[in-house]
Amino acid sequence: MSLFTAENVTKHFSNHTALKSVSIDIPKESIFGLLGPNGAGKTTLIRIINQIIAPDEGTLLFNGKKLHPDHISNIGYLPEERGLYKKMKVGDQAIYLAQLKGISRSDAIKKLKYWFEKFDIDTWWNRKIEELSKGMQQKIQFIVSILHDPELLIFDEPFSGFDPINVNLLKEEILKLRDNGTTIIFSTHNMASVEELCDHIALLNNAEKILEGQVHDIKNQYKSNTYSVTYSGSKALLPSIVNNGFELLENNSENGLSRAVIKTNDGGQNELISSLLPHINIHSFNEIIPSMNDIFIKRVAEANTSK
Amino acid sequence: MKKIKLIIQREYLTRVRKKSFIVMTLLGPILMAAIMIVPVFLASMSNNKERKIAVLDETGIFFEKFQNDDYLTFHHLYTDLNTAKDNFKNTGDYALLYIPKTEVALPTSAILYSEKQPNIDIKSYIRRQMSKELEEQKLLLQINKLNLNETDREIAMDIPESIKTSINLSTFKLNEGEAEQKTFTEVAMAVGIFSGILIYFFIFFFGAQVMRGVVEEKTSRIVEVIISSVKPFQLMMGKIVGIGLVGLTQLTLWIVLTFTITGIFQIVFQDKIPSQSEALMGNNQLVPGATIPQVTDDDSGVAVIFEAISSVNFGVIIFSFLFFFLTGFLLYAALFAAVGSAVDSEVDTQQFMLPITLPLILAMVMAQFIIRNPDGPVAFWFSIIPLTSPIIMMTRIPFGVPYYELALSMGLLVVGFLFTTWMAGRIYRTGILMYGKKASYRDLWKWIRFKG
Repeated sequence: MSLFTAENVTKHFSNHTALKSVSIDIPKESIFGLLGPNGAGKTTLIRIINQIIAPDEGTLLFNGKKLHPDHISNIGYLPEERGLYKKMKVGDQAIYLAQLKGISRSDAIKKLKYWFEKFDIDTWWNRKIEELSKGMQQKIQFIVSILHDPELLIFDEPFSGFDPINVNLLKEEILKLRDNGTTIIFSTHNMASVEELCDHIALLNNAEKILEGQVHDIKNQYKSNTYSVTYSGSKALLPSIVNNGFELLENNSENGLSRAVIKTNDGGQNELISSLLPHINIHSFNEIIPSMNDIFIKRVAEANTSK
Repeated sequence: MKKIKLIIQREYLTRVRKKSFIVMTLLGPILMAAIMIVPVFLASMSNNKERKIAVLDETGIFFEKFQNDDYLTFHHLYTDLNTAKDNFKNTGDYALLYIPKTEVALPTSAILYSEKQPNIDIKSYIRRQMSKELEEQKLLLQINKLNLNETDREIAMDIPESIKTSINLSTFKLNEGEAEQKTFTEVAMAVGIFSGILIYFFIFFFGAQVMRGVVEEKTSRIVEVIISSVKPFQLMMGKIVGIGLVGLTQLTLWIVLTFTITGIFQIVFQDKIPSQSEALMGNNQLVPGATIPQVTDDDSGVAVIFEAISSVNFGVIIFSFLFFFLTGFLLYAALFAAVGSAVDSEVDTQQFMLPITLPLILAMVMAQFIIRNPDGPVAFWFSIIPLTSPIIMMTRIPFGVPYYELALSMGLLVVGFLFTTWMAGRIYRTGILMYGKKASYRDLWKWIRFKG
């Protein structure tokens, strides 16, 4: 069951096309990574989902219904370009932004108190925004974006400006939100956090979607039956062992141990191990699974050369 | 609608609570009160020069009875009233006191003719002199009666009461029609220019605040968070209306405070000069008995001005002022908002300011000429074109403008306001999301035409 569906969404600006017939499908209660190089059209797509701008063509469905301005109160948005009124007090500002999303004043105060305590920032309530550091401001923005319990949350580079401790705090909260039934769109260039958090991804490049699917499916799809073997024993002997049907890609020694990268045919890993066993001492044997980073770079490069 | 109310509320409250707003609100009225009080004050200071008063006494009672003091000298005329009035201008006299012959033995009323509103000190001086003389005369009469009727003690008891005499001193301005016309023109000019300047100042000051507010939202990057909750147009209108209300609040406070300050000043001012307040009270006593129309009891300059203002169509002025004030602001504020949305920082606003400032400054410059010829074709066209009409029409209205012209000007201004708001809305919704790129007029044109 999907929470949000975009079908063939196209958006032209006066001098370029930002989205070219892009379709995505965001499953309920998942974290959906929206990836792509700069200028690929991610922000445009996010703005369309937020109804900040309207697409030229295409259908948008929220919970199976056509996207409507009323859905705004069901969507939370933390934009990449974000800020707060510098001269306003933290509490007043948070209440104001929450009220704009349709929460009553008293509800907003109650919820804010809860989150401020949770993030240990309740002493900031009466301080002006300009007195806070960037990271502190980001925390408030994060809280404000989730305060109205939206069904769909959109985070555009949520971790920028945070220290590692707060990044972890945020990650935990994001995972908790998902477990409690919120669907999250997560746009970032940080591939490590994609692997850590995302269930699904879509990769945009040059206004087009070039990859979409579950993270582990994509990774499996991109693995190439390559294994890494750490061993001790004769390094020079290895090429003669690895010959029938296998392909030796690397063979190095470091810190007294040697490491080889070997490509097999499909399902040939047991065969490989048994042919290696008589000759060397195996310390470790791992399948090399491509990182999202590699897949990202590879797919984008492919897409760009095919043009 | 609820959201736009929230925006208006925030824009309003954050500005009204600012120190600069409070300071401006307090300083403005002090300045304006000073402008109103100082000339009156100076006028009263310069009263102490010698003044000659001609006395035309038909009763003959007061012959040689008026005593000169340091500033006042009296001399008697022996002509009829009309000749005296005709000659008045050439004599250099300050006023002409006319005591008409009456049926009864002793007169109790007199008329003071003068070119300017006569000074209250002079009035009370004359009144005191006259009643003193009359009381002496009465006493003489009573004593004569007593002589005839020596045993009648009752009458003697009545003497103190019956000789108390109050004088009904009416004032008349000579050359009434001409002078009135002069005051009217002066007041109309003052009201016109003052309204025009106020609107000009208001549009510039608060329009710039709208622009600064938009730039602030854009540079602080909060705008994207907000427009994911409300439509850009709502945000823009909320800001404009909120700031407009701030301006209206300031204006209202200015007017209320200015009058409070001038009012307080008048009271304090009068207490310091007892003769004046005393005279004022004496004067008021006499009003019920006054039979001659056009008696003016209050001499303060402010009252004279108000009298003249009310001779202009006050209702029309107030209504038009509020209308041109608000609609003019809305029209320009939308343009200011559009400029704010198209730039990345306040410094960059200069390049788009010209189309806004040019008509405003032109209107202000033209107002000085139009005030001298408020019915000419230049005046007409400038007061019809929406960009200049708020200022120019306001300077013309105190002189009286045909209602169809007023209606046309107002109608076009509303159309102009709708048009600029529509145009600004289109620039705004694209502009606020554009970061880092310097927009040109061509870009703005593209944004206006750009659909959806």
